Amino acid sequence: MIRFEPRTGISPARSMGLRLLAVAAALALAAIPLGVAGAPILPAYAAMLQGAAGSVFALTETLARATPLIFTGLSAAIAFRARLYNIGAEGQLYLGALAAVAVGSGAVAGPPALLVPLVLLAAAAAGAALMLGPTFLKGRFGVDEVVTTLLLNFVVLLFIQMMLEGPFKDPMGGGWPQSEPILPEAALPPLVERMRLHAGLPIGIVLCLLAHVLISRTVLGLRIRAVGENPAASAYAGIPVLRTLLTVGAVSGALAGLAGASEVAGLKGNLTADLSRGFGYAGIVVAMIAGLQPLAVVPAALLVAGVFVGADTMSRSHGVSSYIADLIVALALLCVLVAGLFVRFKVRWERA
Amino acid sequence: MSLPALRIRGVTKRFGPLVANEAVDLDLARGEILALLGENGAGKTTLMNILFGHYVADEGTIEVADEAGALRPLPAGSPGAALAAGIGMVHQHFALAESLSVIENVVLGTRPLLAPGLGLRAARRRLDTLMRDSGLRVDPNRRVGALGVGEKQRVEILKVLHRGARILVLDEPTAVLAPQEAEQLFGILRRLRGQGLSVIFISHKLGEVAALADRVAVLRAGRKVADQPVAGADKTALAALMVGREVVPSRRVPQAPGPALLVLDRVSVPGERGRPGLVEASLTIHGGEILGIAGVSGNGQAELAGLLAGMKTSSVGTVRLAGQAIPPGPAGAVASGIGRIPEDRHRDGAVGSLGVAENLALETLSSPDVQRWGFLRFGRMRETASRAISAYDIRCPGPEAPVRLLSGGNMQKVILARAFESHPRLVLADQPTRGLDVGAAGEVHRRLLEARNRGAGILLISEDLDELLAISDRIAVMAGGRLSEPQAVENVTLAELGLKMAASGTGQDRAAA
Repeated sequence: MIRFEPRTGISPARSMGLRLLAVAAALALAAIPLGVAGAPILPAYAAMLQGAAGSVFALTETLARATPLIFTGLSAAIAFRARLYNIGAEGQLYLGALAAVAVGSGAVAGPPALLVPLVLLAAAAAGAALMLGPTFLKGRFGVDEVVTTLLLNFVVLLFIQMMLEGPFKDPMGGGWPQSEPILPEAALPPLVERMRLHAGLPIGIVLCLLAHVLISRTVLGLRIRAVGENPAASAYAGIPVLRTLLTVGAVSGALAGLAGASEVAGLKGNLTADLSRGFGYAGIVVAMIAGLQPLAVVPAALLVAGVFVGADTMSRSHGVSSYIADLIVALALLCVLVAGLFVRFKVRWERA
Repeated sequence: MSLPALRIRGVTKRFGPLVANEAVDLDLARGEILALLGENGAGKTTLMNILFGHYVADEGTIEVADEAGALRPLPAGSPGAALAAGIGMVHQHFALAESLSVIENVVLGTRPLLAPGLGLRAARRRLDTLMRDSGLRVDPNRRVGALGVGEKQRVEILKVLHRGARILVLDEPTAVLAPQEAEQLFGILRRLRGQGLSVIFISHKLGEVAALADRVAVLRAGRKVADQPVAGADKTALAALMVGREVVPSRRVPQAPGPALLVLDRVSVPGERGRPGLVEASLTIHGGEILGIAGVSGNGQAELAGLLAGMKTSSVGTVRLAGQAIPPGPAGAVASGIGRIPEDRHRDGAVGSLGVAENLALETLSSPDVQRWGFLRFGRMRETASRAISAYDIRCPGPEAPVRLLSGGNMQKVILARAFESHPRLVLADQPTRGLDVGAAGEVHRRLLEARNRGAGILLISEDLDELLAISDRIAVMAGGRLSEPQAVENVTLAELGLKMAASGTGQDRAAA
């Protein structure tokens, strides 16, 4: 018989180890659908590893794919710390990308030292602005932010499509619904010549470091943790709960917006309605695997990105659908949630 | 009387480095009421959870008498086995389905999942017999959510009896009851004892133990330190055994009050959910005095406390602290020198996942002792916390230990330390000893008296009349949102207080609270 006993505490290393174990379990579970699809399991996983990390090119691909996930993962991690469940990173990403092309595709001229920060700022501001409404409604009237932020994703995506068919449509785009390209001076420079890896990655890593310092070492971070854990006691102690929530919402939205800027200004060069492959939602998985620790977001994002990139290779070489990547990532989320149970409870096996 | 019902031998339970129970032996006879006495964290609840199969003991055995009276080993770790062996437990926090009726709650879990019906008619007959025999009266068709606390407790006991329990475990049953309700419960338990039921009664109130139990076992720090008949037991000796040292009740030494400190002039605060709130209350608290507010909760105390804590605003009237208006909000209250001890320490007092040091800093986040340029000064926070931990005798693994791991009394000490840290002019103490054991409550009283002797004014809101009479200088009564004229404690009698409290205090307010 299995029994659960509450734990009094757990070391961070142990809880991190449990989450890594959960990811391994997800990979093991994914062998079942792989087998059903008729792929040889070990060679398929070997191909996946090869595709994710088997060459310099594969590694840069994985890093490039991890870049937006770092931003959206950090966005979710910070918001979730304050129990602000922002499921709207996808929409904030797109609005951020729209703001980036609005500023960076010719509206303003100038040197890169001016244009790049401007593009990033515009995207961050757009993402933050989109998150303020749901946060205010939650803080002031108790409206469930999961519903509002999730539904806003669809509103934003339709709005983006409207813009791409309308005022933002590239006249030189041959009729395709795409925006005008980002000016070279506004683009995030590539890190490696002729590779897709770009300056968004170091920016994301630096933001993770800053976020770690913010959460664990500053007054604002303490407020965020207090409000997330017990809003009533925080209010009683004189912490401005609504203002703290709004700050967290703005930061979270801004980070998701930056993911959009990083993709258009670093990778794609222009905005299309298929800019994101669910990066906003995958960010939630990244945040959960990272245990909401900003520093752990980077390795967690690399892991998820590796699965995505590796699965592409696997699908090419073994003829399984590349949707297997979404399956693995979803399994990883479920396994991490189960691992959360083991973080909170000690499990004992006993004979009945 | 000497037929054994339960025999516990050498039960030890550890949670990591913490020893919750150490080699505990316990016997219970048929038709006996055993009081299990101990401070919070002494291991009473852990022991009962082991008995009921919620936890598995690391060592030791439990034997329970079967229907024929023969002792049989109880399988560990199985609530099902405990139920089958005739052990029933009523927890402090009730486990009732609020949206179901009383009879449905009683039947819940007793029928196989695929049984053709609920067997309500047979259950109803059995319940009627049980109610007649025990004196536990509840309308079986009422929805449980609509019942008062006392009635819910009766449903819990009926549920246990309906399953044929021969041993009834009650975990601090009177913590949620008004004095009269507790008296009724005792009557019922005595009657059930006469019918052969064995009862284990967990408590930390000595008075109850003396009134009800046949025998008392005292637990301290996980060990059994006493086991004796109640007849002839000395209350002070029991208290000393429980706490581990002599308990000296706090004494108020009369002193001349200082100048008027807090002045409320016809202040009204609207109540929530149709409650009266605070109605045109006028009040003066002087420096160096404790003003006690008696009354059944739900009669405007929450609004009065909320007003002073900065959580509520008045609709009419003026509030002056040393002649000045208090800035709005909780931060304003803290800034103007009000130390606050909230009624519900878990909800309003502390943030469970944060450490002791962080909780202590929570009210003063902008002070240079906590931060510089927005960055937390961990060194200073730890120093402050270490000082508080030794000054207030907070039992915790360290300044970084999350306060959710602390016992209720130690959590309250953290809140006391925070409230008194900045030497407040005025202290709001709202039910400061609720749920605390003798030792911790005495510590709270000592701190309040210390602040008073230093010249602070203290507003003490309490439902515990003994507490109010012991440390207040003046006492006023709240009923129906109105405040009576405060009287010097020397001129106050219990009977008089009771009369004033009953003036418009209704049972309904209590049930809603």
